[in-house]
Formats: sequence, C-alpha cells, structure tokens
Amino acid sequence: MSLLQSPSAAPAYPAQPLAHLDALWIQVAGTLCNLSCGHCFVSSGPGNHRHALMSRAEVAARVAEALSLGVREFYFTGGEPFLHPELTAILADTLAHGPCTVLTNGTLLTERVVAALAGLSAASRYSLEIRVSLDGDRAAEHDAVRGHGSFERALAGLSLLASAGLLPILTVTERDDRATGVLRESYLALLRSAGVTRPRLKVLPLFRLGRETGRSRGYDAAETLADLPAVAFDPARLQCGTCRAVSSRGVFVCPLLVDEPGGRMGARLDQALGPFTLSHGACHTCYVTGMTCANG
Amino acid sequence: MATRLAVFGGVYSNHVALHAVFDDIAGRGADLAWCVGDLGGFGPHPDRSAGMLRASGLPMLRGNYDDAIGHERDDCACGYSDPRDLAFAQRSYDYTVARTSAEHKRWMRGLPEQLRLEIGGRRVLLCHGSPRRVNEFLWESACSDTFLEWLCDAHAADLIVCGHSGLPWSRSLPSGRQVVNVGAIGRPANDGRIAAWYAEITVNGSVDVELRAVDYDAEPLALEMEAEQLPAEFVETIRTGWWTTCLENLPAKERMRGRH
Repeated sequence: MSLLQSPSAAPAYPAQPLAHLDALWIQVAGTLCNLSCGHCFVSSGPGNHRHALMSRAEVAARVAEALSLGVREFYFTGGEPFLHPELTAILADTLAHGPCTVLTNGTLLTERVVAALAGLSAASRYSLEIRVSLDGDRAAEHDAVRGHGSFERALAGLSLLASAGLLPILTVTERDDRATGVLRESYLALLRSAGVTRPRLKVLPLFRLGRETGRSRGYDAAETLADLPAVAFDPARLQCGTCRAVSSRGVFVCPLLVDEPGGRMGARLDQALGPFTLSHGACHTCYVTGMTCANG
Repeated sequence: MATRLAVFGGVYSNHVALHAVFDDIAGRGADLAWCVGDLGGFGPHPDRSAGMLRASGLPMLRGNYDDAIGHERDDCACGYSDPRDLAFAQRSYDYTVARTSAEHKRWMRGLPEQLRLEIGGRRVLLCHGSPRRVNEFLWESACSDTFLEWLCDAHAADLIVCGHSGLPWSRSLPSGRQVVNVGAIGRPANDGRIAAWYAEITVNGSVDVELRAVDYDAEPLALEMEAEQLPAEFVETIRTGWWTTCLENLPAKERMRGRH
C-alpha cells in the first residue's frame, strides 16, 4: 500500500499511521490563559473559551479511553493548566494510572500549589514532570513575548519547583538570532542563578501557527511535505505516529494542530486511530526537525 | 520443576564487574543465563569483556551499541540530544570502535536482536531496549501498566526481559504477566553503591524476580580508565556509584534518586 494519497492533480501528502498511542495530550485548560503570548500556537489568552476547560469527569473519561488503548503517558496543557480549579485533583486521578507532565507558563505557581505537586509526585510510582516555558534569558526579551512581569514570576515558579525537589524542565523555543548551543548555555546559566541546581532543558522549534502568524508570518508554500516520495518518507520521525490530543472539542492528531483546520480526527479516541494526511505547514516543521512535544 | 534464569546486560566494557557477575551466577546455580546486549562503551579495553563473554559461551543479544560497533556506524544510536551527553557518548564510542577487534565486530553483527523461549508454559521474550525498538528506554516511572500490558499483547509475551536503560526494575502486571529490566553490570545504578546489577528470575508456577546487586572492587577499573584517558566524569561514576553524564533521558523520579 502506498503511503501517498494521490488524487490526480492535487498535491499528494504522506499519510502518517498511528503506530501506537504512547502519549495522550489533554488540553485541560482549553484556550484559557492568564497570558497572551505573541507566539501562542493556539492563540490562548484571558477570557478565551474557544476550547473550554475540561471537567474532572471529562478528563477521567478520556484517560479511561486511552488506557483501554494501552497509553503510556499523559500530558496536560492549555491554555494555562494552573488556571483549572481542579488541576491537582485531576493529576491525582491520572497519576494513579500513568506518568503525567504539566506544561505551564510558571507564573501561577505558589508555595501552596508547589507543595501539592510535591505531594502528588511523592505519592505516585509514576513520574510527575513540570515543564515551564521561557522565551528569553532576560526579562526584556521574555516579557516582550509574554507580557510585563511574566519573566520574574516564571523564574520564581522555577525556583519554587526546584526548592521542592521537583526537577522542572525548562522549555524554550529556538531562535534565528542565536545558535542553539549558545542559547542552551545561556538558559542553563540562568537556571543555576535562579537556584535550579540540576537544570533540565528542552529546546523546541518555532511553529508558525496561531498568534505567531500575525507576529512573523504563517507557513509559506515551500514549507510542505507535498509530493514527498513514499520511499523517502520515514513515519518514525513524527510524533503523530504515537500521540493524539483531546480538548473539549474532540480528538486531534497532535497538540500542535488542536486549533487548526483539519486537525480534528473525531469525537472519540477510537475514531481517531487512522492515518493522518500531513498537509499542514507544521507537519513540515515536525518532519524536518524530527521534534517531539513529548519529554523524551 | 523450577527453572532459574540469570539475565544481565550493559557490560559497558567493565570486565571487572563482568567477572564478579559470572562468579555470582555460578555460585547461585542458574539453569540458564543470557546477556541482553551492550558490551562496549564507557569502560576501557572493550576486547576484554567481549573475549570473556565469548569464552563463556553464554548466548547474547545484539544491543544498539553492539549493532553500532559491529557495523562501525557513526555513533551508538543511544538517542541523546543534550550536547554534553552527545559529546561524552561520542568520545566513548570513538574509543570503543577503534579498540574492538574485527573478529569481535563480525561476531557482534551476527548476534540476534531478540530471543524467544517457553518456560513452564510461559512465553518469554528477551530483548535489549524494548520489544518494539532496540534503543527504546523503558524507565520504571515512565511506563504505565497499560502500556506494558500492551507490549506483552503486541509481542505475544508473558514475561518480557529487557535492559538498555541501565536501571533495574521489575513489575508484576494486573494480568499476571511480568516485565523485568535487568539494569546494567558495567555502570552503577545511580544510587551511590558500587555494584553490578542483574536479574535472577525463577519460573516455578509463578515468576519470582530477584534484582541482584553484586558488589565489587571498582578501583582497578578506575585506574585502567584513567590510564586510557577516558573522561574523568566516567571514572567518577565508577568510583562513586552516581551517574555524572547521560542524565537527560532520566524521568523525574529516577533523576531525583541520583545526585547529579
């Protein structure tokens, strides 16, 4: 069977099969966020309920669906997950079944919240990972993207997590103006200065989605997997071969395309296990970089 | 009748630990013994461990490291992304590939990637990383029960025995099936103890797993590593029992237990 779908004149895109559901991404906070970052790929922000908060029962139902498919781990995202009033209860529910990761902007982490997270981590046999995003190793850079004061608050959140022994992972985006090696070293130095003695770092490529399309640009015609020969296509490079994402609006191919046309694959996970046609510009970014939103 | 299996892996050129584990296995009277791969890397004089293992006649799987060395690939395919980890891994790999004999490389190329057995009606699958990928890390805190059950289903196994990640663990699944990671004998288990870890699995109606830590004197190896000018960070691990490199893939729980 050819991996290419080939209607006569239209461009033919590779079709990515789902090898196994390793990761379930849960957009628990929908598109609600306390920040309005200039590059947010789902355009989240205050008062944005385009994807609604998922209830504890709704998350439990999705987790149960995924468990029946042999899921390996869970990722909680948004929006900002710590805006969800039941996040710690949801994490406690889910950590009973598998490893969990929370992606946060770090600005809402209080001592009380961090103590609760440390308690959840200690009580579970599975890992609880907290990933905090920064967009610069200086306040001016970061705040230009994420809003005034957000740098200091995120850094304070990272310090609290480190003090509680939670070993947070800093997530940053690659930039055109600085080599990745230099960027890594600057962030590692920043973390150490903030009291994070065992820094962990994940570097992601920039995706031209959501609000980023207004800040810089969207994908251009050359950023495509159209007409990639089937023999050249390596399905092991793409995270959509091992993940699906859920929000209040259904099941999506991956966490990046939850707010993009064509990203939705069905209402239930068992309707979203088929191949996905890699026609989006973001698919090109994933393919050429070999990136994954997952921790590993 | 009970069958006692001894399974080890991750020798990482630590011929001193390999010797200690051979003694322990012999003393325990295992019926069968296997190595699930990764003979080289990290330690000194890779041909010593390869020679010992071949002379023992024990069956061995081809780990990602053995595959890379055997085929003289560009790197060990451990899948690191952190530049520091990559640099250490490459230094170690370049040292090992340059000092492994052509005859040992030929042998490594011909090793099987997996092995299946049936013991007491149980389907046993020996693999290196995971049943689905030779260099997949199966960490204890990062694998749900449901995922491990799926691996057993997808690969028709009641007992999966793997290695690669370097930290030993064992889990009985709700279905009664079992997954065992035998850890590594060549690098301590990031717990401050100078020991070589392997798994002793007794199949006798039930499956009983004992993760064994064999203490040994690591100083002779540390001196050899220094003489070979291997990274001081590697020597520190051998002397202290704490991992100093290749930490990036560790999940939070496993990383918390370490010092670095």
